[in-house]
Amino acid sequence: MKLHEYHARQLLSEYGIPIPSGEVVFNSKAARTAFSRHASPNCVVKVQVLMGGRGKAGGVQKVKNPEEAGVFTDKFLGKLFSTYQSAGEGKIVKSILITEDKPIREEYYLAIVVDRAKNQPVILFSKEGGVEIEEVAAKNPSAIHKIHFSPNKLPSSEQILSSIQPLYSNSALPRQIVSITEKLAKLFLEKDASTCEINPLALVEGDRVLALDAKMVFDDNALFRHPEIQAMKDPEEEDERERKAKESGLSYVSMNGNVGCLVNGAGLAMATMDMIKLAGGEPANFLDVGGGATTAQVSEGFKIILQDPHVQAILVNIFGGIMKCDVIAEGVIQASREIKHQVPLVVRLEGTRVEEGRALLKNSNLSIISCQTIKEAAEMSVKKAKEYALAHAHSY
Amino acid sequence: MPILIDKNTKVICQGITGKAGSFHSEKCLEYGTKLVGGVTPKKGGSFVGKIPVFNTVREAVQSTGATASMITVPAPFALSAILEAVDNGIRLVVCITEGIPTLDMVKAVEYAQAKGVRIIGPNCPGIITSDECKIGIMPGYIHKKGSVGVISRSGTLTYEAVWQLTSAGLGQTTCIGIGGDPVIGTGFIDLLEMFEKDASTRSVLLIGEIGGSQEEEAADFIQNKMKKKVFAFIAGITAPKDKRMGHAGAIVSGSSGSAKEKISTLEKKGITIIRDLSEIGSSVKNHVCLKTSLP
Repeated sequence: MKLHEYHARQLLSEYGIPIPSGEVVFNSKAARTAFSRHASPNCVVKVQVLMGGRGKAGGVQKVKNPEEAGVFTDKFLGKLFSTYQSAGEGKIVKSILITEDKPIREEYYLAIVVDRAKNQPVILFSKEGGVEIEEVAAKNPSAIHKIHFSPNKLPSSEQILSSIQPLYSNSALPRQIVSITEKLAKLFLEKDASTCEINPLALVEGDRVLALDAKMVFDDNALFRHPEIQAMKDPEEEDERERKAKESGLSYVSMNGNVGCLVNGAGLAMATMDMIKLAGGEPANFLDVGGGATTAQVSEGFKIILQDPHVQAILVNIFGGIMKCDVIAEGVIQASREIKHQVPLVVRLEGTRVEEGRALLKNSNLSIISCQTIKEAAEMSVKKAKEYALAHAHSY
Repeated sequence: MPILIDKNTKVICQGITGKAGSFHSEKCLEYGTKLVGGVTPKKGGSFVGKIPVFNTVREAVQSTGATASMITVPAPFALSAILEAVDNGIRLVVCITEGIPTLDMVKAVEYAQAKGVRIIGPNCPGIITSDECKIGIMPGYIHKKGSVGVISRSGTLTYEAVWQLTSAGLGQTTCIGIGGDPVIGTGFIDLLEMFEKDASTRSVLLIGEIGGSQEEEAADFIQNKMKKKVFAFIAGITAPKDKRMGHAGAIVSGSSGSAKEKISTLEKKGITIIRDLSEIGSSVKNHVCLKTSLP
C-alpha cells in the first residue's frame, strides 16, 4: 500500500523527522490562504497522486503569490494527471500539497527497503540525491552506501555515523543525517514498511537538513496490525476492477491486450499470459483465481474480465490438482451460463479427472472450445479474438 | 538418496485442526508420509483422523520423534509457530501459510539460521520426494520416481511442469516449492548445491519468475559450481512494471527483476532456457534421450 506525500509527511513529522512547513488543500480558496501561511516568501505546490515523475509532468511548481497557488490548484484539481512513469494511465488529482519554498544547497538520498538477497532491511544513503536512485546505481554504484540491520535491533548511531561521517568534512551535518536515519528506521520497523524513501533529503539555509519529498510503501500483509496506516489508504490506488477482484479473493491486474485469461495460481497465470504473447496475441489481464478455483471464484473472475471492453476472447487455463477437473468444468459451465458472455471462451484443463472434465465441457451445449495443450489453447484464443474483432467491426 | 526428506522423515503439522491443516495432513498421510502428529494449542489429546494432536511442539516432538514440521497456521501466528518449531527440536520447517508480514519472515529466517534450522517457504506448495514423503499441498499423483530435481517459486506452475515431466516418462527425485514471497527461508542456491551432491539426481529443472535477483544469483552458481545439467523456465515476460503479480515477491521494480533480464543472464551462463510452457516435458526429455543415445 502506497501513501500520498502529505500522509507520508505526517508520519515523518510524528517520528520527529524535520519537514518544511506546509499543508494539504482541496480547493483553490484554501490554496490561497495556505500560501499566505507558509510563504517564505515563495511556496512549492505539488499535485498529490500516487505516481513518480510528477515534477517532469508539471505537477510540482514554485508559486510566488496566493493567486498563482490558486491558479495551479484550479488547473490540476479534479483533473486526470499522468507522468512518464504511469505508462499512459491517468489518475484524478484530489488534493494539492503546499509547502514553504526552501532554497536547496545540497540534495541527498535516504531510503530503507528490505534487501531480498540478504533477507534483511537495508539503509541506503547517497550524497547524490534529487535524481532517480536507479540512475545513480547504474552510473556510480559506489556512491550508494548501505547499512544492513536486524529487525530485532535498530542500528546504533555509531554504526550509521561510521558510514556517513567519511562523506563530510564537518560533523554537525552527519549528526543530523544520522538522527533522521535512526528515526526513519524506527518508523520502518514499527509500521511494517516495505519502502521508506526521502528524496531529496535536503540541506537548506542555516545548515538544516529537511525531508523535502517522501515515498512510502507499506507491507499489505502487515496492514492487519496497522489500522492507522490502513486509514490513510487511497482506494483509487488500484483501478476499480483490481479492487473488486481483491475483495473476492482474486488477484487481478489489468493490461492492454484483448485476450482475457483466468488461471489458478500466480506463476501459471503469468506463464499463460506469456503463452498468449508467444502465440502472437496480447493478454488483457493477469487473473489468479487461487490454487483451488471454485465455481464462485471462476464466475467472479469472468465478470471482472468482461468489464474490460477490449476483451475479445477468454482463455481459461486450470491445472486441477487437489481440485478435480470435472468439478472445475462444472464451475466453468455454470459460470458461463450465469454470465451469458458474447466473447469466445477457450478452456484448457489438465490434471486429475481431466477426461471427465473435457467430456462435460463438450456435452454442455455451450460454445466452449476445449483444448488439450496450453499452446493449442493460446493459439486458439488469439485466433478467436481476431475473428471476434473482425465480426464486431463489420457490425458497425 | 533424494534431498531433504525421505521415507524415514517424521513430520508434524502445526495448525492441524484448521481446514487446510487437517485436509492436507490426511493427504500427506495417504501419500505415505510419516505424519506422526499435529499441534494446535488447547486441542491436545484430540485426533484428526488417526493423527494425534498435541498442545505444543515440544510435546509432539517428545512423543513422536518428529524432525520436520508443516506449518499451516494463519499468517498473523506464523512467526510464533516457526519460532516454537525452531526452539523445540524441529530441523526442517515447511511453511505453507501465505500472507505473512515480510518483517516477521526476516525475524523467523534470522532466528532459524542462528539455530541451524532450515525453513522452506513461506507461501509455497511444500516439498515432495517421489513415492517416499510429501510435506505440502501438491497433488501427490502427478509425481513419479525418477532422476530430475525440481525447484520452483510457484505452485500450480510447478504442478504443470511436473505433470509434463511425468507424462513424458521422466520421474523426479525431490521437488521443492521455495515460495513466492520477498523473504524466504531457502533459496535456489542451497537446493542446487544439494541436488549437485545427490547421486540419484541427474538433472535439475528450475522454475523462476519475475522479481528479485535469485535467478541471476543461481545462474552464477550453476556456471561455476555445477556439473549437472540445469534447465530453466522463467514466467512473466509479459508482466508490466510496478505491478504485483499475485505473489508478494513477483514484482518488476524499476529496471530490476524482469523476466527478459533473467533469461538473458541465465542464457549467458550456459543454462538451457525453455521458453514455451508447453515444451517443458519434451525439452528435458529430448536432452535426456540425446545424452543416453550418445556413446
